Amino acid sequence: MSMTPTPKDVLVRVRGLHFRLGSRVIYKGIDLDVMRGKVTAIMGPSGTGKTTLLRLIGGQWRPTQGAIDFDGHTIHKLGRGALYALRRRMGMLFQHGALLTDLTVFENVAFPLREHTRLPEPLIRDLVLMKLQAVGLRGAAQLMPEQLSGGMARRVALARAVVMDPDLVMYDEPFTGQDPISMGVLMRLIRSLNDALGLTSIVVSHDVDEVLSIADYVYVVAGGEIIARGTPAELRASENALAQQFLQGQADGPVAFHYPAPDMADQLMGTSR
Amino acid sequence: MNLIGNLLAGLGRAQFFLLQILMALPATLLRPRLIVQQLYAVGVLSLIIIVISGSFVGMVLALQGYRTLIRFGAEESLGVFVALVIVRELGPVVTALLFAGRAGSALAAEIGLMKATDQLSAMEMMATDPMRRVIAPRFLAAVLAMPLLASIFSVMAIGIAGGHAIGVELLGVDDGAYWGQIRAAVEGQDVIDSLIKSVIFGVATAWIAVYQGYHAAPTSEGVSRATTGTVVVSSLAILALDFILTAFMFR
Repeated sequence: MSMTPTPKDVLVRVRGLHFRLGSRVIYKGIDLDVMRGKVTAIMGPSGTGKTTLLRLIGGQWRPTQGAIDFDGHTIHKLGRGALYALRRRMGMLFQHGALLTDLTVFENVAFPLREHTRLPEPLIRDLVLMKLQAVGLRGAAQLMPEQLSGGMARRVALARAVVMDPDLVMYDEPFTGQDPISMGVLMRLIRSLNDALGLTSIVVSHDVDEVLSIADYVYVVAGGEIIARGTPAELRASENALAQQFLQGQADGPVAFHYPAPDMADQLMGTSR
Repeated sequence: MNLIGNLLAGLGRAQFFLLQILMALPATLLRPRLIVQQLYAVGVLSLIIIVISGSFVGMVLALQGYRTLIRFGAEESLGVFVALVIVRELGPVVTALLFAGRAGSALAAEIGLMKATDQLSAMEMMATDPMRRVIAPRFLAAVLAMPLLASIFSVMAIGIAGGHAIGVELLGVDDGAYWGQIRAAVEGQDVIDSLIKSVIFGVATAWIAVYQGYHAAPTSEGVSRATTGTVVVSSLAILALDFILTAFMFR
């Protein structure tokens, strides 16, 4: 498809994205833009492939059709070397942190620096301690990942994601299963790191209130399509039934409560299984 | 029909995977620290089981061999009997079976869990190829460790605590005859063949273990299946390969 050059203020641009995983259709043609310096949220019911989108942006999977541009480079057309070079400009926070369990907190954060730079040891030490300080875990530097709570592990992973000073940080369900305090901590960190380090952030989540309070722009994805988009204020005012069901957490609505099934009376009477 | 299709597809994937490992090896060689760490994990930590099993296998062989040989008054040949059986067959084979159980299963479980907890994906996203950082060092370490462990197993079984302890110290075979006959009968070629076998078993076990781990379903059931699969498939592969290698080596 023909692509006009990406405007300067768009860091990630998705156009006509189709994606199939096996026989399952995850995306049937979505367009979205991630603006530089902003926190963009992707929301939607679970199982709609929000995480898939992050993997597509990171180049771990290839779109079936359509394209994703990162700073003007079409990701799936890049060779391996160029893709790996591009990934150094991205940080990703996995749902459960995905810390390397055989390394200490300090070494986990130092990992990208040791892999990709030849910085002298004192400088690595200072950089790592600075990032750990930013997430409030400088004191935990010598702990092993299994000694951390879930929230702490995510904060360490966040320090690791930003240690190379990337352009883009992607958060995969950062709030899932967090207590109110660590939820608040993570929300503040995402927003403040984004603004202080001049990052661009993509937050994938289904925690409505949290996301609406920190995001600059929100896309709601369901059934492989974008069903609503806008600033948090615009979304709250939206008339879209599906978006309202999602935002207000109603059990039934355009997204049915029941998984498709044969008629219940028939099934109980034994005429179908 | 479907079973054969699956088997062939699996073999094809495994070969492609081996190719990927081999391509990642040069980059791994530039990072000897990673290999040393893994040598410790698969090699040094397997030492105890290898040393103890080697001793017991040697002891049993000496007891059984002595009972048979004494009937012909040939108990002086006990050393040759133990040494040839150990060097040619039991050394590499039993070491490889133990290695698959001790180190192979650990490798598969470790890699499978790393995959299930997104650690491999996280590395990819940090622009580090898990093939080079995780898989290739473990593969190489396992291949290097096998011949060393098999040698230690053989030494334990023939000498220090195995056949020598039972045959010479306990049953009273002459010390000079024990070693003298071994030196006369075991040729350099036997030792080389033994090392070749153990290297090949090492490649097979390491290949199966990292393949099973890397392709495990990211669930607890998937990891358990990968671990079991590693032990079962590598044990069968070791025994089958041993038959083939023996058929070629001792014509």
